[in-house]
Amino acid sequence: MINLHFSGEGFVPPSTNDFNLPPIFENIAWLTKPVLLVFLSVIVVSVFFTLSARKAAIVPSKLQFAGEGIYSFVRNDLARDVIGHDFMRFVPYLFTLFTFVLTNNLFGIVPFLQFPAMSHVGFPYVLALFSFFIFHYVGIRKQGLGKYLKDIAFMPGVPKAVYILLTPIEVATFFLVRPLTLSLRLFANMFAGHLLLLVFIMGGDYMLHDSHTIMKIFAPFSFTFGIVLTFFEFMVQCLQAYIFTLLTALYIAGALADEH
Amino acid sequence: MRTFNFAAEAEKVNPLIPHTAELVVGAIAFTLLFLVLRKSVVPMFEKAYTARTEAIEGGIKKAEQAQLEAQRALTSYNEQLSSAQGEASRLRDEARVQGVAILEDLRTKAQEEAARITAAAHASIEAERQQAITSLRNEVGALAVELASKIVGEALDDQARQSRIVDRFIEDLEKSK
Repeated sequence: MINLHFSGEGFVPPSTNDFNLPPIFENIAWLTKPVLLVFLSVIVVSVFFTLSARKAAIVPSKLQFAGEGIYSFVRNDLARDVIGHDFMRFVPYLFTLFTFVLTNNLFGIVPFLQFPAMSHVGFPYVLALFSFFIFHYVGIRKQGLGKYLKDIAFMPGVPKAVYILLTPIEVATFFLVRPLTLSLRLFANMFAGHLLLLVFIMGGDYMLHDSHTIMKIFAPFSFTFGIVLTFFEFMVQCLQAYIFTLLTALYIAGALADEH
Repeated sequence: MRTFNFAAEAEKVNPLIPHTAELVVGAIAFTLLFLVLRKSVVPMFEKAYTARTEAIEGGIKKAEQAQLEAQRALTSYNEQLSSAQGEASRLRDEARVQGVAILEDLRTKAQEEAARITAAAHASIEAERQQAITSLRNEVGALAVELASKIVGEALDDQARQSRIVDRFIEDLEKSK
């Protein structure tokens, strides 16, 4: 019996393949779980905030208070404090960004859903692309295409010789590093977090069902650690949504500023 | 299941390569959410903010106004009070002065009256005395004349007679009174 386990199949650790979920209906290839979750997040966020904001009362109900809390966090602590003057233009985008990312991240620990859509790199790519286009567009609109590009390539107030080093770095930062890090940071965090949970939950499951008796004793530890990590994941999920939105706001603020 | 996993391991997918479907879905879903939030959430929350700010500012302004009014009322009351107090003390002083004047006046009048009465009394006493003197003088003269005639008319022989005469004279005097 023991031999069978050790020599035979043994524990198969979760891998990147665990993220490739098959289509829900076999004949609709694109309709996978993350796709469904993303649409679900749109519905959840829309319904929650629409209901919350519907009355727009001076003395808010509990629902309105909850919605307003999140909204004013994005509006005041992210948009206003970072972008400053004229921040209201960007509040809808930043607010959508934050709630969309946060909800999809949190789906990773919501029972039965339990999959962070942002661990599929396509979604972060799209969001980073949006942010990328927006902050460049804002910069170009504000300063004109020529001056904007010139300020990026040749940062004002720097000795000419330094440009040999600085120009490639700056250009790479603005056109490659920023969108890539923005999307990959979110993706990698969600991916790794989900993988980590899989390791402990599946490991515990394996120890409980498939393994030697002594191993069964350790199964609860594995599950407990899985639960602890779930709380940790909750923190990471909130943090990543915050960071994505904060960085977008910072990039916009940078593009709006007269000097980089 | 295991065999599936092993088989999949062979054709490992690069997690950094996005599915085209997910790019499209992500873009559509995000845009959809953006439109909904921009249309029906952000304006409503902003409306609530503005209304709240106005309500608070209005409340503060109202309170400030009320305070100002109260201050003004207090000042005017204080002024009125102090002026009333001044008025009262002025009236009191005036009354005191008037009282003193009245008292002085009365005293003077009383003294004058007393002096007048005294003078009148003196005058009447003097007049009466004059009258008495006059009448006395007349009477004494008449008496003396009468007495002399009686003394002369009767012989004054003896002591007894003399005294009888005098007694009778006195008696007559008393009778005539």
